[in-house]
Amino acid sequence: MTTTFAPPLRCYTATTVRILRQLRADRRTVAMLVLVPTLLLALIYFVYHDAPSFPGVPTMFDRIGISMLGILPFIVMFLITAIAMQRERTSGTLERLMTTPLSKLDLLAGYGSAFSVAATAQAGLACLVAFWLLGMRSAGSVWLVLLIAVLDAMLGVALGLLASAFARTEFQAVQFMPLIVGPQFFLCGLLVPRGGLPRWLEVISDVLPLSYAVDALQQVSRYTGATGLMWRDLCVVAGFTAVALALGAATLRRRTA
Amino acid sequence: MTAPDSSPAIEVEHLRVRRGGRDVLHDISLSVPRGCITGLLGPSGCGKTTLMRSVVGTQLVEAGSVRVLGEQAGTPGLRARVGYVTQAPSIYDDLAVTDNVGYFAALYGKSARDATHAIEAVGLAEHARQRGNQLSGGQRTRASLACALVADPELLVLDEPTVGLDPVLRVDLWQQFDALAAQGRTLLVSSHVMDEAEHCDRLLLMRDGHLLAQLTPAELRAETGETSLENAFLALIKMGEPS
Repeated sequence: MTTTFAPPLRCYTATTVRILRQLRADRRTVAMLVLVPTLLLALIYFVYHDAPSFPGVPTMFDRIGISMLGILPFIVMFLITAIAMQRERTSGTLERLMTTPLSKLDLLAGYGSAFSVAATAQAGLACLVAFWLLGMRSAGSVWLVLLIAVLDAMLGVALGLLASAFARTEFQAVQFMPLIVGPQFFLCGLLVPRGGLPRWLEVISDVLPLSYAVDALQQVSRYTGATGLMWRDLCVVAGFTAVALALGAATLRRRTA
Repeated sequence: MTAPDSSPAIEVEHLRVRRGGRDVLHDISLSVPRGCITGLLGPSGCGKTTLMRSVVGTQLVEAGSVRVLGEQAGTPGLRARVGYVTQAPSIYDDLAVTDNVGYFAALYGKSARDATHAIEAVGLAEHARQRGNQLSGGQRTRASLACALVADPELLVLDEPTVGLDPVLRVDLWQQFDALAAQGRTLLVSSHVMDEAEHCDRLLLMRDGHLLAQLTPAELRAETGETSLENAFLALIKMGEPS
């Protein structure tokens, strides 16, 4: 057999392609992945359809909907990733991979990249429908909304990978969703503006990444042009993503009991 | 393959492994010579898989040393030189055989052509386009084997590769193992069926986490005076018991 030239990122690239192939083989999952957030967004549109609106104030749909553009991909990608990684573990392929030259970060980055491709399609369609079909308005650019939505989805991927390290079964992996996503959802400022939370809850919400994701979207909603606060929020989200990925790699063990 | 090396492929010294609060391997010491087939035999649950996991470096070890091809087991340098086929075939059910083997080929820095060769070597060329979940049990085992073969490994660790396969397929696989050994590779093959010992150059006999003996099939027969290896194994167990 021949040894071919091996580019430095070959394990990472091969893993990304492999996961995308697996995703493609499951057409129904792809369809749901792309459509579900958009359908939920349309539902929210109709929920607030008859709510009173006041001139100069963003409508309820504009306020809630734009946050949902970040939150829904985050939730969906968290779940999908946690389950996918758990499947890798229970099928024995993870143990098998740990005996190959594949590095742990290659594996996690592969998952992150492959699912980010899916997340981009998902967030892209949701933004398209929200802004052009459902008449969502934001002062800032739609492209910024899309960028934030994709970053939020990547945050979901990274946290999903990390959570799966603590799950022994798929049942446990699923239950990490309410555990990890629930508090972030309640405290992110969507239900009650974060400034209006009891002090101790506000402190907690200050250290949860989804708070910054929603905050960034509210910035885009309110102001034309990218604000400094928005970039700060995005950096926080990206930072959380990187730390979660690194922790995920650190908790993955080549040797197990 | 590299020039023949007379040092053992695997050298285990005083290996102890604990799982779930109890010892599953008690002070195991053994050596596996290069370029031949060594059978790891013993009843289910005697610690064969744990020993194999220690060799490929996925098992947490309590004490002792495991050296593989001259290096500490599980070191990064060994990952491309040791192929491991787990007991349950570890292939992706939602990917075609080509994509499964192609993925492992890429991980080991091999080409798509190497993947094709590996698929041909295990006789799955006709099923290359089928997905993992469309294969029979034996085909899945062979696909899993191809994922290890594609690495062109010096040492192949095969955990019960022939269990549950029909006799024709078993003969087929053993012929492939012979061919691999003839190329100078080292094979460590586990089984709980004593019949399979016949195909091995050397035997490691295990029971309850202890190594009973390491010898050739001929030596096992001579030592116990039995002709069937099954009976010889039983006799060996009796000889080890305090009378």
